[in-house]
Amino acid sequence: MLDVQNIAKTFNAGTVNEKCALDNLSLHLNAGEFCTVIGGNGAGKSTLLNAVAGVWPVDRGSIFIDGLDVTHLPEYKRAKYIGRVFQDPMTGTAASMQIEENLALAMRRGKKRTLRRGITKAEREVYYEKLKTLGLGLESRMTAKVGLLSGGQRQALTLLMASLQQPKLLLLDEHTAALDPATAAKVLELSDRIVQENQLTCLMITHNMSDAIRHGNRLIMMNNGRIILDISGEEKRHLTKSELLEKFAEVAGVQEETDSVLLS
Amino acid sequence: MDFLLTFLRATPGSIGQGLIWGIMAIGVYITYRVLDIADLTVDGSLCTGGALCVLLIVNGVNPWVALICAFLVGMLAGLITGLLHTACGIPAILSGILTQLALYSVNLRIMGWGTDAGTQATLPVSVDKFPLVVSSRFVRELGVKNPILMLLILTVIVIGVLYWFFGTEVGCSIRATGANQNMARAQGINTNVNKVVGLMVSNGLVALAGGLLAQYQGSATIDMGRGAIVIGLAAVIIGEVVFSKVFRNFALLLLSCTFGAIIYYFVIQFVLRLGLSTTDLKLLTAVVVAIFLAVPYLKGRYFSKSSKARASRHA
Ligand SMILES: Nc1ncnc2c1ncn2[C@@H]1O[C@H](COP(=O)(O)OP(=O)(O)O)[C@@H](O)[C@H]1O
Ligand SMILES: [Mg+2]
Repeated sequence: MLDVQNIAKTFNAGTVNEKCALDNLSLHLNAGEFCTVIGGNGAGKSTLLNAVAGVWPVDRGSIFIDGLDVTHLPEYKRAKYIGRVFQDPMTGTAASMQIEENLALAMRRGKKRTLRRGITKAEREVYYEKLKTLGLGLESRMTAKVGLLSGGQRQALTLLMASLQQPKLLLLDEHTAALDPATAAKVLELSDRIVQENQLTCLMITHNMSDAIRHGNRLIMMNNGRIILDISGEEKRHLTKSELLEKFAEVAGVQEETDSVLLS
Repeated sequence: MDFLLTFLRATPGSIGQGLIWGIMAIGVYITYRVLDIADLTVDGSLCTGGALCVLLIVNGVNPWVALICAFLVGMLAGLITGLLHTACGIPAILSGILTQLALYSVNLRIMGWGTDAGTQATLPVSVDKFPLVVSSRFVRELGVKNPILMLLILTVIVIGVLYWFFGTEVGCSIRATGANQNMARAQGINTNVNKVVGLMVSNGLVALAGGLLAQYQGSATIDMGRGAIVIGLAAVIIGEVVFSKVFRNFALLLLSCTFGAIIYYFVIQFVLRLGLSTTDLKLLTAVVVAIFLAVPYLKGRYFSKSSKARASRHA
């Protein structure tokens, strides 16, 4: 479903702030794979998702979604295939617009926008039912401005928006990091449900190892713009936190060695 | 008593001016509030609309057709600013200033069309010779010639069309572009195209207001648009301060721009009667707008201690 081939991205090339955030990275996701992504701060996790989403062009390499080469498509065109939820709850929704207007915008993702009504009566009924499944009572506040919602409510709404038009790929970038633990757990559970119900292919970044282990059917770990660990199938199912830490120490240790060899 | 009488005598004039500037202010609202862009093109495009409108009328074109042409030339100005901003990556403010500056020369050329010099700073049009759509001459007369009636109808049409437009799929995506660009792009919206379209609609309205203003006062002049952005902002802000508690619907928000412009001209009349000179008005307007723009910021900074404490805890 997703095929990332040898992509590279360097920020501020040629300056003192030069930062190689993606280093010849390749990743292949099969349809229906739900892959969690972990790694330290600055490992390049967000950069990977932004590269796939097309926030800026990559320096090298190609990106395919469902066999289609999207490497040179601008962000708004790739959006046809991609649903996204961001770390900051403010990013995924338009605060000054109503709940139903936000949903209507998401309903038209990947469709041509014309001079027809921006939201129709029939749609409202669909949104009412969909909002009800969130169990947050939002269905009774459909004309409320999204800016009035809490962070958790906004993330839940953004998840719903991302799945309204079935995406080929769902990108979640630490979308529970800004929430309190109880709300985060609820939003994670909702993410699980939406991925399952729609059989989505999903990349989910999290800073929480246990969440990365508990959710999804594949796990990758990133460091210095590279994937240093890739666990799936049976192994992923039985993975424990201590095992993961061990593996991390192993890979990171090897890396430090090669680094020191290179430096000397 | 005398004071009150002269003030009352000036009332129809204030309403007429206010209605014309209200249409201009609605244009400013579209960029400043809907798109979240401060567009300085308007100082130039207002005059372009006025100049082209008068030029066409004195050359025998129907005043209504001339107004439509004014609208179109305003859209062209907005298109140029939009392309400078989106296709060339120039900051929005600077793009507007560049177009505005360029339009100064263009406006002199338009008004000097067909003259020996080729440029000209004023272009008169007499209501005695041409069937103008609006003229301040009849502002105190009762009947169909009264410009207030015509301006009211035009205002209703403008608000009606915009209300419809911003309720369409395209209109909603323009609002989303102004509200949150990241979200808009993630929903497959071409934010660059939308910004250009918004700037075109906005400047079209501003130039239309310029065409009306030139007919109303009987001439186009090179400085008719000077400080227009500030007057437009004043109208938008006054409208919001006075009506934000009652008006929520989009059409009513646009209407509050018109009311804001009318209130603005009442205040201007008032301070003029108090003895202020017309040349001091720009200073007064700038000070008032600066205060209104600063108040929300200062309020947030010095009066909400709790939000400050919260912010520092997060840092
Ligand atoms: N737009 C940008 N401009 C400059 N540097 C960036 C940008 N985005 C990310 N970086 C840098 O790239 C590296 C990887 O960042 P990121 O992908 O956000 O890490 P994380 O794994 O924590 O999400 C960091 O060093 C970061 O500072
Ligand atoms: Mg990140």
